[in-house]
Amino acid sequence: MDRYLLIVSTVCFLAAVVHTIVELRTGVFRPMRFNFFAVGLGFIFQTAFLSVRGHALGRCPLTNLFEVFVFLAWSVALMYMLVGPLYRLSLMGAFTAPLVVLLQGFALVAPIDIRHPVKVPANPWLEFHASISTVAYGAFALACIAGIMYLIQERQLKTHQLHSVFYHLPPLTDLYATVTRLLWWGFALYTLGIVSGFFTGHPLPRVQVVAAIGVWLLYAVILQGRHLRWLAPKWVAALCIIGFSVALALLWGIEFTAEMRPLP
Amino acid sequence: MNLFCLGLSHHTADVATREQFAGSATAESILRQTGCAEALLLTTCNRVEVYAVSQKRVSTDEIARCLTRKIDIDPHDYAPPFYRYEAEKCVQHLFRVASGLDSMVVGESEIFGQAKKAYESARTSGAVGPYLHRLFQRAFRVAKQVRTHTDIARGAVSVGSVAVDLAQRIFGELSDCKVLVLGAGETSERTARALISRGVSDLRVSNRSMDRASELAQAVGGRAVPFDEWTAQCREIDILITSTASETPLLTADKLAPMLRGRLDRPLFIIDIAVPRDVDPSVNEMEGVYLYDIDSIRSVAEQSLALRRKQVAAAEGIIAEHVADFVDSISRGLNRLSQTAEHPSLGENPLRASEL
Repeated sequence: MDRYLLIVSTVCFLAAVVHTIVELRTGVFRPMRFNFFAVGLGFIFQTAFLSVRGHALGRCPLTNLFEVFVFLAWSVALMYMLVGPLYRLSLMGAFTAPLVVLLQGFALVAPIDIRHPVKVPANPWLEFHASISTVAYGAFALACIAGIMYLIQERQLKTHQLHSVFYHLPPLTDLYATVTRLLWWGFALYTLGIVSGFFTGHPLPRVQVVAAIGVWLLYAVILQGRHLRWLAPKWVAALCIIGFSVALALLWGIEFTAEMRPLP
Repeated sequence: MNLFCLGLSHHTADVATREQFAGSATAESILRQTGCAEALLLTTCNRVEVYAVSQKRVSTDEIARCLTRKIDIDPHDYAPPFYRYEAEKCVQHLFRVASGLDSMVVGESEIFGQAKKAYESARTSGAVGPYLHRLFQRAFRVAKQVRTHTDIARGAVSVGSVAVDLAQRIFGELSDCKVLVLGAGETSERTARALISRGVSDLRVSNRSMDRASELAQAVGGRAVPFDEWTAQCREIDILITSTASETPLLTADKLAPMLRGRLDRPLFIIDIAVPRDVDPSVNEMEGVYLYDIDSIRSVAEQSLALRRKQVAAAEGIIAEHVADFVDSISRGLNRLSQTAEHPSLGENPLRASEL
């Protein structure tokens, strides 16, 4: 039953993607209201899904890879809802929607929604650790999207080839400021997530700890490079994309290995 | 009632022909001489048009005679370049004109202000009645809607506006940007003024002749910088506008590289409008530097125009909807008007009541 809510949510995000593609093809690129509305509606259905699933489980719905992907998609949408209007990045919705469609589409299609035979007991620290880390991933995902937008804008300015989308993308300096803010938000939340992991009362698998610290170090290097001006904005934007791709691959790996062993 | 418009525009007549009919008539004089019920004269550098409402048909010659500067001219000599639109076609034409679709530079917004001015002038003189009032109010609404719902006015099409547009795409707010104008030519002055109009307050001018630099700096509210100090300024500035008469490039990648150290996260936007160019093209390859010479600015302007032309179909769609709605509402108003004439107790002129 709860999967229907997720399907409706995915359709909403897909509508934003289709709308963007149609507008790009006609050259009339005005994604503002429709995309924000579609993403907002999709977010409501996502929240409803997580709420229903959470009630059924009696804990935060992060018990298998399927739920992790949906929670991550929800975090991305949440970050967009917070950051998009705040920094007037309405076009970000056009970039956010495809990522959410990919995450939720994969979650729906792949056979990863495996219910545990025994009810997983609630553990507030473990739930906090898992949820805050996933929200941090949402911030990194949005930094990645802002990075893509930055590179598109930068490329157009360098090559003097200005597409219709050029006039709807935020200025370079604003995009760079957004990338930086999202990196800091993600880094702070991720640090909190890692620290809270040590309070769960369960021994953490070494592979998870190493992977988590690896992601943390990667983002620390990006932030340090940005702060000390070792890295040009273009490279910070590119590293945000690489960083998130690596983090996502590791998250999958962590969750996959976690499912191989019994949950605490 | 006949609603019609006739006129000359850059599409149908050259400037020599247009100037024969511009400037001598007013909406009032047209009313007086032709017996129209309402009239409005729209005169710009690209068009001379009369919008009028009359009980009987008024010929093109009659209106043309009102407009001409020469009294003894044979109407057959000047009548051909006039176009004339009646009723629905007239409504459509005005909506296209107000939206900038009929302009020389498609989507330009100046025509909107000129149409408003013409309307205000005719209204003040009493030449505008309920029909033209309603027509022009709707035209202004349509023009706004076209601008809001399409990209018809997007993109810049002149050197100054392209420079401003690009600067805003790089820096966003321009109020904190520092600008250096190198070479006090006319185009760089225009570009500097365009940037100032968008909030730039820190403007420096450098020229081989310090007097000319001071003169321009004073004119635009900036400060003059000695010519031998301009390279050092590149460490601080965000935008550089160059237009000197130098035969060789003044700025090369080698010269610029040391000045970019320490400003890796601050872009430098260079507008090189000099021919031959003042800035070596390889500078554009440098990290965080965006170099636009006169050809690339022209190319951006052409891309903007192409983008605007793509929007014409969408704009025409909006206009068509409004034309149909407007014609429908006018005919309904006229029906009510005739009923009122037959049955005076039903009320006053509905158009006047609803619009005035």
